[in-house]
Amino acid sequence: MEETVLKESPLKIGDKTFNSRLIVGTGKYKSFEETREAIALTGAEMVTLAVRRIELDKSKDSILNYLDPKKYAFLPNTAGCFNVQETVMTCQLAREAGLGNMVKVEVIGDEKTLFPDNEATLEACKILIKDGFVVLPYCTDDVVLCKKLAAMGCAAVMPLAAPIGSGLGVRNPYNIKLIREAVDVPVIVDAGVGTASDAARAMELGVDAILMNTAIAGAKFPLKMAVAMKQGVEAGRLAFEAGRIPKKLYATASSPIDGLIDV
Amino acid sequence: MRLIINGEEKNVSSCANVNELVKELDIQAPHFAVAVNLEVISRSNYESTRLNEGDKVEIVHAVGGGTAGEAPEPDKN
Repeated sequence: MEETVLKESPLKIGDKTFNSRLIVGTGKYKSFEETREAIALTGAEMVTLAVRRIELDKSKDSILNYLDPKKYAFLPNTAGCFNVQETVMTCQLAREAGLGNMVKVEVIGDEKTLFPDNEATLEACKILIKDGFVVLPYCTDDVVLCKKLAAMGCAAVMPLAAPIGSGLGVRNPYNIKLIREAVDVPVIVDAGVGTASDAARAMELGVDAILMNTAIAGAKFPLKMAVAMKQGVEAGRLAFEAGRIPKKLYATASSPIDGLIDV
Repeated sequence: MRLIINGEEKNVSSCANVNELVKELDIQAPHFAVAVNLEVISRSNYESTRLNEGDKVEIVHAVGGGTAGEAPEPDKN
């Protein structure tokens, strides 16, 4: 078998192709150096960034000095936005700041759970698509909602596995599977993954990619977790593409039955 | 002239337009963007966008972030 067949297939989002199916956030690390090192170890080719006010009197250093734009596609997000106007303006500012036109739209609807406001998300996506953005919305794991987002022209849908930063893993694998079947754009599980087995399980469901931040940055040893997540995502995807055996209640012998010794 | 820059009142000397303001504030971030009174200003319009007393100016840049609440970047100071 050719070696290329033994690798996961590449991921296409909009007009971009990625060899890694892990997308990572750049927040919560101890330093810019740690951010750079951890992200390099994940093998990710797309990283999320937030857009915030410049602190006029503070250090001039920037996360962008640590991320090679030739190595990473930037995915500015609208984290912290609670309404449509803020969200749209944040995307426009990101584009104007030179971060490109691919955006992760998140409109938060509830501070405690950080669940998205789906109604506002739909509205913001509509405006942004019309404005020429490649839109990747963070949303709940709702099949109908994801179908609507895909139908209006979103380049991917990004249902949550569990609340942001919760580390609970995929809470409703059946919904995620249904979403994968229901839309013809990439499905990216965004938020809620806690450890490498969560990532592998999500990928085994057939989703196209996973976006995570806290699980790596918040680990006791982020660099080790970066490697673990890379391997988890790769293993899960390969297992999905390989096609697992069906689950059965009783045993099936894996050694030949013929040729047993007579005693 | 008094402007509200990133939510804080600031007195700036002779900044007639966005271009002059960006120079006076010495913004050096590799990537930044400006909005005046909630309107995003493209770079080619910095010169032609006049500033008036009391204008609300937002100057933003990219920081590390994942999802909601993960925005604070490492403290470098």
